[in-house]
Amino acid sequence: MDIRAQTSMVFYLDKCIGCHTCSIACKNIWTDRKGAEYMWWNNVETKPGTGYPTKWEDQEIYKGGWEKKGERIQLKGAGKRKGLVNIFHNPNMPVIDDYYEPFTYRYLDLIESPSMDDQPTARPVSLITGKPIDIKMGPNWDDDLSGTPDFARNDPNLKGLSAAEQEAMFHLEKMAFYYLPRICNHCLNPACVAACPSGAIYKRGEDGIVLINQDVCRAWRMCVTACPYKKSYYNWHTGKSEKCILCYPRIEAGFAPACMHSCVGRIRYLGVILYDASQIKSIASVDEKELVDRQLQMLLDPFDSQVIKEAQSNGIADSTIKAAQNSPTYKFAKAWGLALPLHPEFRTVPMLFYVPPLLPVMASLKEAKQTQQGQKLHDAAKFWDDNWLYDTSTKELWGTLDEARFPLKYLASLFSAGDEEQVKVRLKKLMAVRMYRRWKTVGDVTEEKSNEVLKDAGLTQAMAEGIYYLTTLAKFDDRFVVPASHREQALEMLEFTGDKKGATGFGFKEATAQRGL
Amino acid sequence: MKLNALNNFFFIAFPYMALIVFLIGTIYRYKTTGFKFSSLSSQFLESRGLFWGVIPFHFGLIVVFLGHLLAFCFPKGQLLWNSLPIRLIILEVTAFTFGINIFIGLAALIVRRFTNPRIRAVTNIMDTVIEFLLLAQVILGCWIALGYRWGSSWFAADMSPYLWSIIKLNPKVEAMSAMPWIIKLHVIGAFLIILLIPFTRLIHFLVAPIPYIWRPYQQVMWYWNRKKIRFADAQWVHHKPRNN
Ligand code: SF4
Ligand code: SF4
Repeated sequence: MDIRAQTSMVFYLDKCIGCHTCSIACKNIWTDRKGAEYMWWNNVETKPGTGYPTKWEDQEIYKGGWEKKGERIQLKGAGKRKGLVNIFHNPNMPVIDDYYEPFTYRYLDLIESPSMDDQPTARPVSLITGKPIDIKMGPNWDDDLSGTPDFARNDPNLKGLSAAEQEAMFHLEKMAFYYLPRICNHCLNPACVAACPSGAIYKRGEDGIVLINQDVCRAWRMCVTACPYKKSYYNWHTGKSEKCILCYPRIEAGFAPACMHSCVGRIRYLGVILYDASQIKSIASVDEKELVDRQLQMLLDPFDSQVIKEAQSNGIADSTIKAAQNSPTYKFAKAWGLALPLHPEFRTVPMLFYVPPLLPVMASLKEAKQTQQGQKLHDAAKFWDDNWLYDTSTKELWGTLDEARFPLKYLASLFSAGDEEQVKVRLKKLMAVRMYRRWKTVGDVTEEKSNEVLKDAGLTQAMAEGIYYLTTLAKFDDRFVVPASHREQALEMLEFTGDKKGATGFGFKEATAQRGL
Repeated sequence: MKLNALNNFFFIAFPYMALIVFLIGTIYRYKTTGFKFSSLSSQFLESRGLFWGVIPFHFGLIVVFLGHLLAFCFPKGQLLWNSLPIRLIILEVTAFTFGINIFIGLAALIVRRFTNPRIRAVTNIMDTVIEFLLLAQVILGCWIALGYRWGSSWFAADMSPYLWSIIKLNPKVEAMSAMPWIIKLHVIGAFLIILLIPFTRLIHFLVAPIPYIWRPYQQVMWYWNRKKIRFADAQWVHHKPRNN
């Protein structure tokens, strides 16, 4: 066993309101510079949708991530052979138009325009060339399914769905969507690190944050191709690649990353997870069906005395172990089994987990005669004035999941490499917690029923209470358990000069020159 | 007399100047401005046109450069190889083809640089200078290959000794000063390019990612040796961070 600590994240999708505050918080701190205007280290996309950059999930286009070849895995579009052969021209690299050409407006024209019959306009100009452009795409232009034929229907995750299923998804009355905020996953088997010919990208041992050394990057651009999440960006001005740094300067100072701190929906959680690093290789190479389970198996129980002992002997600080015990992400991912990694089939073993959205699947929608509705409806159901029945009834416990208006297959293609069961288990838990709370607060669900539902979903009352607390009332310190970075040790290591006191004196690190015989 | 002085300047003083500037310049730049050490790829702004320029250019350049290097390092071997006419001709034709490749690639790159507004936005003066310098150098090279046969033989016989005499700090310019002016220009151009390397994007070939071949794929860096400092009472003597 080789126990290490990883700073991991959980996004609770049901609560994301798509406000993009997180993206703006990030942009204002890190990417409001020339060459980085187009970068959104944190972006929020609407699903179904094509995302940013367009169709990033389609690895037939971008060749990102790892693929399984026999028993081993190899980088799909990079690696030692492909990377060095294609170093002069990388055939799988996205270009700026796959994101969007950054632009601004000539606002000064509004002020300086001479008087004329028409109102002056501020023309859009490219931030690269400074010349007027026709804007083709901008950040989040696919928001809220806008331009559905262009965006939603081209979602790569629809591939596994039949034509009829797809059609049903975009039936106006049935239509549902949700938001998917994305940052770098700070993977355990990062494709970006493996693809970098210069060795500029590395994972920090202490907290697992993946960083690009700006002094060592030489613009070979392989990380851009290799990252299946397209979270490594090429700065066209500096000639260096950049990526989300998980606000490590903030983390080291004990703050939550800016996107998490500012999150309006409070959907974000951050905490340490202890894991067994010796398993990474084997886990990344298992069959697709096992990926999720094996990844979760690798996460270790921070209360287990054996784990604690091993962690200590591997140099993990007590404060980090303590943080792991309080970690909200460990609870979501492992203890409660609520969260799933995004696209585990890319095999980078991402350490950002998502609680899949229940709301788009919660209700079922059927055509029903008005007259029938009154008779068969459960008290909790609502209905429209037309002949559509929007059914949120909870009478048959899991009925709505199976006939959900939003196919589970679609969610499974995002969060579990196509395994619907994994998504279903999680959605059931989310539903069970709601019913449990319904018993507690509204009272239209009986205690037996609530217990039955919890049991069926694999939860206890205490767990349901914990989930309820962490997803509703939780305060900053509950949502973000940032481990101490032990800067004092690092500083001491850099500055310690005591051993030179008797020779060169305090403050010197170097010894004197050798003199005499 | 005057010609002699010129020869001495261009083939003794100037090469040393170029080499010294190259050495000090690259080391200084590497040590102090790692952030500016980049190939400054523009593929992100324009990909398709780049392909037609950058591929013939780089592969041509690598072959032709290695050819010069081999003839410089092993002149005897070169002459031995050339002793059979058929081998000589194969070598010269190959080298010339790759030379033409460089020319075509470079021409495509220059056209792309000046016709694509996005690429113009990321062009600086040194990019332009070095590109035209390289173009001139390639044209001269191809011209020499055609007009002064057989270059691979007389390079090994006359140029290598001259270049070695520079390295050995005992410059002998006799052979050089007897060369036709076009070859002289090619040599001067070569040293000029060497001199300019630290001031241009050409430095990127010095950091070609060869170590990637034997490096493990994943890199984890530790800020301090966590096992050594885990327990406060243990004596702490390690200052170097450990990477794995
Ligand atoms: S998400 Fe991409 S950039 Fe981030 S660690 Fe994983 S492979 Fe690297
Ligand atoms: S700030 Fe939070 S709620 Fe708003 S878009 Fe970002 S993740 Fe969603």
